[in-house]
Amino acid sequence: MSIETLPPDPPPVTHAGEAPPPDRRGIGAVMLGGARQLVVPILSLVTALVIGAIVIILSDPEFIAKVGSDPGAALAAGFGSVGGAYGGLLQGSIGNPFRDIGPVTETLLRATPLIFAGLAVALGFRAGLFNIGAEGQIYIGALFATAVGIGFTDLPLLVHLPLAVAAGFLGGAVWGFVPGILKARTGAHEVITTIMLNYVSYLIVDLALRQVFFQLPGRDDPISKNILPSATLPRLLPDERLHWGLIIALLAAVAVWWLLFRSTKGFEFRAVGLNPSAARYAGMNISRTVVLTMMISGGLAGLAGASEILGTNLRLTPNFSPNWGFDAIAIALLGASRPVGVVFSAILFGALRAGAAPMQVQTGIPVDLVVVIQGLVIIFIAAPALVRAMYRIRVARTTGTETFSKGWGA
Amino acid sequence: MKLELKGITKRFPGVVANEGIDLTVMPGEIHALLGENGAGKSTLMNVLYGLYQPDEGEVLINDIRVQFSDPGDAIAAGIGMVHQHFMLIPVFTVTENIMLGVESTSGPLLTLDRDAAKHRIVALSEEHGLRVDPDAYIEDLPVGVRQRVEILKTLYRHSNLLVLDEPTAVLTPQEIEDLFEVMRSLVKTGTSIIFITHKLNEVREIADRITVLRRGKVVGTTTADESDESELARMMVGRPVQLEVTKGVAKAGDDVLTMRGVTVLDDRLQVAVNEVDLSVRAGEIVAVAGVHGNGQTELVEAITGLRKIQSGAIEIGGAPAPGDPRHVYAAGVGHVPEDRLEDGLVVGFTVAENMILNSYYLEPFASGLAIHQEPVRKVAEDLMREYDVRTPSALNDIGNLSGGNQQKVIVAREFSRPLKLLVAAQPTRGLDVGSIEYIHKRIVAKRDEGTAVLLVSTELEEVLSLGDRIAVMFQGRIVDILDPSEATPERLGLLMGGAHPEEGLTPVETTA
Repeated sequence: MSIETLPPDPPPVTHAGEAPPPDRRGIGAVMLGGARQLVVPILSLVTALVIGAIVIILSDPEFIAKVGSDPGAALAAGFGSVGGAYGGLLQGSIGNPFRDIGPVTETLLRATPLIFAGLAVALGFRAGLFNIGAEGQIYIGALFATAVGIGFTDLPLLVHLPLAVAAGFLGGAVWGFVPGILKARTGAHEVITTIMLNYVSYLIVDLALRQVFFQLPGRDDPISKNILPSATLPRLLPDERLHWGLIIALLAAVAVWWLLFRSTKGFEFRAVGLNPSAARYAGMNISRTVVLTMMISGGLAGLAGASEILGTNLRLTPNFSPNWGFDAIAIALLGASRPVGVVFSAILFGALRAGAAPMQVQTGIPVDLVVVIQGLVIIFIAAPALVRAMYRIRVARTTGTETFSKGWGA
Repeated sequence: MKLELKGITKRFPGVVANEGIDLTVMPGEIHALLGENGAGKSTLMNVLYGLYQPDEGEVLINDIRVQFSDPGDAIAAGIGMVHQHFMLIPVFTVTENIMLGVESTSGPLLTLDRDAAKHRIVALSEEHGLRVDPDAYIEDLPVGVRQRVEILKTLYRHSNLLVLDEPTAVLTPQEIEDLFEVMRSLVKTGTSIIFITHKLNEVREIADRITVLRRGKVVGTTTADESDESELARMMVGRPVQLEVTKGVAKAGDDVLTMRGVTVLDDRLQVAVNEVDLSVRAGEIVAVAGVHGNGQTELVEAITGLRKIQSGAIEIGGAPAPGDPRHVYAAGVGHVPEDRLEDGLVVGFTVAENMILNSYYLEPFASGLAIHQEPVRKVAEDLMREYDVRTPSALNDIGNLSGGNQQKVIVAREFSRPLKLLVAAQPTRGLDVGSIEYIHKRIVAKRDEGTAVLLVSTELEEVLSLGDRIAVMFQGRIVDILDPSEATPERLGLLMGGAHPEEGLTPVETTA
């Protein structure tokens, strides 16, 4: 049994009549505390890259051909492939930002929907809800945004665009409301209902795109009309695809942070997530909190869909999301359900996605390697004990300052 | 079995949990281990049970040095542990629970041989007076009987040193007497017992020798005859402790809480509170005594709006009680819930956040949607000072505080509002002597301010020392309301066990 599960029984350190010691935690300690939280995610990433390297070596045809006859040359070839692959990833995701900002903007472009969706899942986690339905909420949000984006003509940009973005939020919120109300009223578990609603949403989008209102004239396949320019998210830089969706995503992250940590509703969300019976004891309405959380979570996911359609794709098609809603679960986990963590995790995932295609072009290593690395990161994040064991990190739950809180009255 | 612990030292990062502890338990001895929460009792027992490896020191059994790397080793060496929280599977029978892990089998298919196990269990239970039906399901058994099953489990594994961790916390006075009988019977056959507790009277009744721990060190070893309760308390706490609650005569005013014919169902839709009539007046403490699980939990939940009442009426301050906690609090009710970690606190929240757990939406903490950090922190720090909560920062996670300090956070939160009625359920459960003393004082002070106090407790001493009137609850009914002058522990014990006050004090066999 580990120390983690059996906290020790330390002796009291306080003395009779002693006032509570002042807060000794300086800014340094607070920052150190933050750094400690980064240890596991960073080590997880490093470990995933190392194992990814092994996978590259083992799947390198030159390595396999030579490993029997000339192990040295085989290894050299293997390492060459690893260098090529990771170099390609870096080239595609960062490159040389001073000469060409392109790769960086591509990374941020890919990170944008992941930030929204990651925030959606993280918000759910905070309230103790496992929203696996971000994918479906993305689709319904995209559908609503598209409807507004193609449906209103002659509106000025300053009216039309916010309306279209808001419609995206609304669509996702509606799609989050359904599992929320089902859970609150009937106890139906949100994991089941959101997964099932994902399928419903795919088919709703497919069906809608075959209706006259949505379908691009002259096409038989499900594809929408183009988003009107007045509802299009402007580009941030003239020659790059990166658009205002990123700014909205970053604002959403700030908003979610404020909601969670500075508002009464967030207080309720977190209390319900950490201890529902104490929340009930404190007079909070659990059902209402569940419904509201699912709606906001769904709305955030809906924004991912809206931002993608209004900023990047400019028309809605089925299967436009490469599983952002599921990557979002990983991103929320990697980001420890903190808005700032979600932003950085989403950028990391965006970089992997942005770098994957250039890597394949340069080295012939398939983009699937990126999926392998993502999967490995998630495994290590989900099993922090594994990472701690590998790197022999001691869990020091009881630190010096904390002993002051134990025992009293002596 | 003779057990010797020599110079046991166990360090955790930043803490010395056990420091050079020497403890000798002779064959056939009941050795009490006394100490406050955090004194190092659990660490020491975890070392003995193979859960922790000591940094220094050695364990000797019958003069031979032993080393346990896990509980399996300790069990094999004859050490049996009965934990405070029972490790039983409710849907298994007594026999199945006892044989679990050491199943006897027969035949080529290794069929479970329940009969063989049952045979031994019956023999063991007759030998030591541990009456239990081997075919009963655990979920149908009262707590006292479950504990017997736990003891049988250790005997079945041939233990001859028994560690009982706070065994009396969940028992009725009669069940405690039964347990003591069993313990006396066990030591007659040479079994040794380590009895962990913080109840001084029990220690003096049953223990041959008493070792007191404080701050990870042995303060001393003594016997019941050589010491009295206040001396033991002083050794535990390190300063003189006032064991008796001093309080003046209650100046009771008007009824604040009135319950008429209140019936409440539990989660399984069984009647838990049965037509209860009860009133609490301003400036008095009404103590509800009873064995846990006789409807007190549901009674408190009904008053505080956490549970719907089936029939009857509850009035608070002359108005019908609101049906939800938020409005109940707004009506001037404070509620110390019986399980602080389950209901009273949000672990993962800071001390400050827990201080405002049911007022976070009110001025000055919030306006509209926004929570203001500064007033929250300031109020929390003021309350920490006023209620002597020992922790370095209001921004510390509540989970890092000791039980006593956690309870003081709840007391601070609930007592600091203007109250008409205070409902305190098990306010000192699991706390050490010093914390109990403090919380009792605060409750009496609240009474003297004119607050009506409803105290629910399973601790006889607490009920007797705090109650201005004592209501005894049994199977959902208030069976009697006594004046403290006529309430003796014996009489209360019998009423709690189901004796009818009108029919003379004959105990009724409890079937839970």
